[in-house]
Amino acid sequence: MSEILLQIDGKEVKAREGMTVLEAARAAGISIPTLCHHEKLEPYGGCRLCIVEVEVRGRTNLVVSCVYLAAKDLVVRTRSEKVDRIRKTILELLLAHAPDAFELQNLAKVYGADKNRFEKDASFCIHCGLCVRYCAEVKKKNAIGFVDRGTRKEISFIPEIASRECWSCKECFPLCPTSALQAAYVLTQGLFTPPSPKPGPEK
Amino acid sequence: MARLNSPEELENFRQEILSKRDPQAPCISICAGAGCIASGAAEVITAFKAELAKQGLTTAVDTKGTGCPGFCERGPVVVIYPEEICYLQVTPEDVPEIVSQTIKEKKVVDRLLYVDPATGEKAIHESDISFYKNQERNIIGSNIKIDPKSIEDYLAIGGYSALVKVLSGMTAEQVLAEVKKSNLRGRGGAGFPTGIKWEGTRNAPEPVKYVIVNADEGDPGAFMDRALLEGNPHSILEGLIIGAYAIGAHEGYIYVRQEYPLAVENINLAIEQAEAYGLLGKNILDSGFDFKVIVHQGAGAFVCGESTALMTALEGRVGEPRPKYVRSNIKGLWERPSVLNNVETWANVPLIINKGADWFTQIGTESSKGTKIFSLVGKITNTGLVEVPMGITLKDIIYKIGGGIPEGKKFKAVQTGGPSGGCIPEEQLDLKVGFDELTKAGSMMGSGGMIVMDEDTCMVDVARYFIHFLTDESCGKCVPCREGLRQMHKILTNITEGKGKTGDIETLEELSEVAKEASLCALGKSAPNPFLSTLHYFRDEYEAHVKEKRCPALSCKELISYYIDPAKCQACMICARKCPAEAIDGGKNRIHVIDQEKCTNCGTCFEVCPPRFRAVKKISGEPVPAPVSEEERIISRKSKEK
Repeated sequence: MSEILLQIDGKEVKAREGMTVLEAARAAGISIPTLCHHEKLEPYGGCRLCIVEVEVRGRTNLVVSCVYLAAKDLVVRTRSEKVDRIRKTILELLLAHAPDAFELQNLAKVYGADKNRFEKDASFCIHCGLCVRYCAEVKKKNAIGFVDRGTRKEISFIPEIASRECWSCKECFPLCPTSALQAAYVLTQGLFTPPSPKPGPEK
Repeated sequence: MARLNSPEELENFRQEILSKRDPQAPCISICAGAGCIASGAAEVITAFKAELAKQGLTTAVDTKGTGCPGFCERGPVVVIYPEEICYLQVTPEDVPEIVSQTIKEKKVVDRLLYVDPATGEKAIHESDISFYKNQERNIIGSNIKIDPKSIEDYLAIGGYSALVKVLSGMTAEQVLAEVKKSNLRGRGGAGFPTGIKWEGTRNAPEPVKYVIVNADEGDPGAFMDRALLEGNPHSILEGLIIGAYAIGAHEGYIYVRQEYPLAVENINLAIEQAEAYGLLGKNILDSGFDFKVIVHQGAGAFVCGESTALMTALEGRVGEPRPKYVRSNIKGLWERPSVLNNVETWANVPLIINKGADWFTQIGTESSKGTKIFSLVGKITNTGLVEVPMGITLKDIIYKIGGGIPEGKKFKAVQTGGPSGGCIPEEQLDLKVGFDELTKAGSMMGSGGMIVMDEDTCMVDVARYFIHFLTDESCGKCVPCREGLRQMHKILTNITEGKGKTGDIETLEELSEVAKEASLCALGKSAPNPFLSTLHYFRDEYEAHVKEKRCPALSCKELISYYIDPAKCQACMICARKCPAEAIDGGKNRIHVIDQEKCTNCGTCFEVCPPRFRAVKKISGEPVPAPVSEEERIISRKSKEK
């Protein structure tokens, strides 16, 4: 694997080919906030919090550093007025769902995000998919998945698999950025609520 | 059905088909596209067959259900060849007269012809109708000439001749060069140059490559791709085979939404026929080139029209987009180089090969070549599919082809580019239609949706509608789209309900920036367009809603009141009787008054008040005038007093 030199926040940074900008930055001790990223998992690009500015051939673009590959002579800026503004809004959007999550609150302090900006819709889940992907990619059990789509999307344990696998594992619980109890709650619900036919589309 | 083993055999077969057909023999073409079927075309076809049998003409006259010619407003459409007499809105009751008059006596049935509303003149031929006259129907024009279920019909109009040309003397590089030279740009939305996309895939080192037809048309009101796939499936297949040959792909996929059952049926049948004739499969026409096509039915998610989501869905996974930092023409389906083009893009390929890139580049503007099919809908006289040369003005499409706005209403805006397109106002109607021109105006070409709006349309409500559609269709993977659009929809709904606050517009602008800059795929990135373009051109309407709680178009239900003008009310009782909320007080010779507490703003009184009185008024942003006193409400009719 050949080495690449790139510049992150004015600092020369070495990266291996195939590394993402996020990996290169973290290896060099430069922090970029993430919510859906996990070292053991395939990059997902869902939370968009790790957005950074890159300069390619004189043009500045906004890219998501967890999936954007490091390249030779790339110039990366992990903070800018625009990047911070976008991160602030993303946090505010998520705080509407999980206003008391520590991880979100800590980030909110950094970016000046107001947890009361948007109408609350407490669902706690911010759809980072860490539990779902960890169970699929690392544990290879698929005991938890996403159901439905878009704004109606939610995590759900599959009772048949969960009843067999989950009690002795629970490794997804601490991954949850909004509350470790979230997964536990959904798990319990999944196991103790008899499956009922899904109600029809909202009228 | 014998397999054709060389380009010569195909040409011989074509001659054989043509020799059996007399171009002067009468043929009745009835549109059997989805729109006309809905208007009763199937019954018309049955009636023709029965009537021809009754009059002993079954063998002498050919009848065929064809693809959609586009004039959906006046369907079912019937064209009688060889004279090309065009009858509109034909019912089964008209059929005996058409057969005895037109087929037997060669006389035209006047009452079924198109009458030009401006001149009152009747048009006998399709080409005389103003709707068609101003179009350039290179692609969709074939629809009415063929039965989409018959490969022989397609061959009879020269079908697969481009494939013959390619396989009997063009190298893959030559095909690619021709397509590149044509400057054909993708008809699905982004307008990416097709030839360059193909070249990237061809040159990618991975040996297994794919070609894909994106037939996951999902824009509200758009049905261009549907009409092509239903009406002329072989033309798409021919384009796809040629593309695969140029790229070096041996496997192709057609991703078509399951809600298009006729399209699925016709394309599957076309594939079967092409396989039987050896136009698909191993060693096509003895060229050594192998190619197979698989039809995949999508479950109807709008986001699956996005190329990476479509490929993910094809792989059998949840249709969510993936980051596109490496283009899918290099790393697409199963991480292999994949060319994905829209239905209409593929349909252009045989034309370019047959007539040449030079012919193609004659049509259009500097940066947008060829023709484009639009689905012209909304507040427009002639609803339907129109194919126009790039560079035509919006005004010509709306007025010359579309016949303008019905009921004497005023034009307000045209929404192009589907739900994530933008609204273009009247002062921009001279805008030339092209990829870059529309983008510059704050909208986009998209796949060709064109929704016309009149003065009664509230632009804030339009933005709310489209943002709602996109919120509903967001896959939910990334935050700016899933959460940002949800909040945008909430704020826009509040504004249309009179609950808008100072700062709402700024919040919407900020959410738009986040969606545009930070979303994962094109759905989220372009989703703020309906808001941004309406704000750009109609900011005053937003401000009226927020600041004055007034809807200038008098459309937002929560912001309007109905009021009966006492000077005009003739106490006719019609509105009082029709009011479903029993909110109208009045009697004979007693001026009617709407009880604002009971009124549900349904608008029935407004609609039923006789036009000669026009006493019911819609008002917004102003208090309802106090009712006149009881004495003043009594109408004394002089004529009756005497």
